[in-house]
Amino acid sequence: MSTLMPTPGQTVGPFFHYGLPYEGGAELVPAGHPDAIRLHGTVLDGAGDPVPDSLIEIWQADPEGRIVQAPGSLHRDGWTFTGWGRAATDAAGRYSFTTVLPGAAEGDAPFFAVTVFARGLLDRLFSRAYVPEHPALHDDALLTSLPEDRRGTLIASSDASGLVFDIRLQGEGETVFLTFPDNGRLQA
Amino acid sequence: MLIVTQASELSTQAEVSDEIAAASKAYEAGDRGDAQPLLDYPPYRSSVLRHPTKDLHHTDPETIERWAPCFGPQDVSPLEADLTIQHSGEPIGERITVAGRVVDGDGRPVAHQLVEIWQANAGGRYIHKRDQHPAPLDPNFTGAGRLITAADGSYSFQTIKPGPYPWKNHRNAWRPAHIHFSLFGTDFTQRLVTQMYFPGDPLFALDPIYQSITDADARARLVATYDHDLTTPEWSTGYRWDIVLTGSHRTWLEDEA
Repeated sequence: MSTLMPTPGQTVGPFFHYGLPYEGGAELVPAGHPDAIRLHGTVLDGAGDPVPDSLIEIWQADPEGRIVQAPGSLHRDGWTFTGWGRAATDAAGRYSFTTVLPGAAEGDAPFFAVTVFARGLLDRLFSRAYVPEHPALHDDALLTSLPEDRRGTLIASSDASGLVFDIRLQGEGETVFLTFPDNGRLQA
Repeated sequence: MLIVTQASELSTQAEVSDEIAAASKAYEAGDRGDAQPLLDYPPYRSSVLRHPTKDLHHTDPETIERWAPCFGPQDVSPLEADLTIQHSGEPIGERITVAGRVVDGDGRPVAHQLVEIWQANAGGRYIHKRDQHPAPLDPNFTGAGRLITAADGSYSFQTIKPGPYPWKNHRNAWRPAHIHFSLFGTDFTQRLVTQMYFPGDPLFALDPIYQSITDADARARLVATYDHDLTTPEWSTGYRWDIVLTGSHRTWLEDEA
């Protein structure tokens, strides 16, 4: 258990664009990489409208399921896979990453760990974008703990270029957002 | 239940202050609230359609979530910690040092990790096309910086004290002066984006973003302390702000802890 009280979060606000996004942030691998896939989607609000001032970060294992501890995400050299990326949504609420499929340990379902920030969102949200059609999805501890009708919000779908993962902040098809033990939220 | 007015008819500060007071009272009565901001906080109008209505789902972190991305010297130049030297001239405003330590919930330093900041200039204007506040832009100030923490978790930025600025949450709404901070820990689950405020700001009570943290002690943890030891004679004043990330889920080895 933690002994110190955490510093609370606050919204990323409307003016993060000159502070956080950076050139190459969304290209975890170059588009020409033989195993490159696209992970993309739209961030939507409770009215179903796109959220054009949102920021998405992903953190993932490499294709072999190894955790990467290589620096270089902010100035990519085109060769080093760092496992981390950042993308702001565009005017239509869309984000897009160029990356590779994450792996996982034997028997585990691979996923991208996802963080969502937006103007109007008072604290960041955590989620997971699972790789679809993986045999381990049926035994995943998180997915099996969810009501059946909500599981699908965490599983990406396939398209011609890779995976689609839409993020619905509120309402119909609301994405499952996560809280972890010991995260400063006192509510049970 | 709080009534949310249409964007076309902006509320007054008094109306928003009443909503803030009601939320605060509800917290003190013990029916909601915690050490983090409420996500559903109608006094901050933009939150109305942008908060999840379902409870956050409790889960244990998987392996990837017990690690965080790694940043190093190739990611950040030491010059990026000084926001006052990014242009050919001196920026306008009160030159300040903002320094402190980043630690986890057990007080362990968060070493060699990325800290990013962004802020308005001394006149309360952001270099952002969406900021239409008619305060002057400062050609010598961009307002974005970053650094890598030292082995003891310490950090230090040189910058200009930002001004308060108006926004359109309600009529005559003003944000208290603040610096946005983005932090990583040793675990993915410790990711934090927040805002640092300055002591004694008269706008605290009126600001729905600050007040969305209904616990007064938790709110106070966002306010820096004036620290005369951080001043530089004939040059700058100083503020200290220590940051505590949530606990780590990693099993720490003896020599790491």
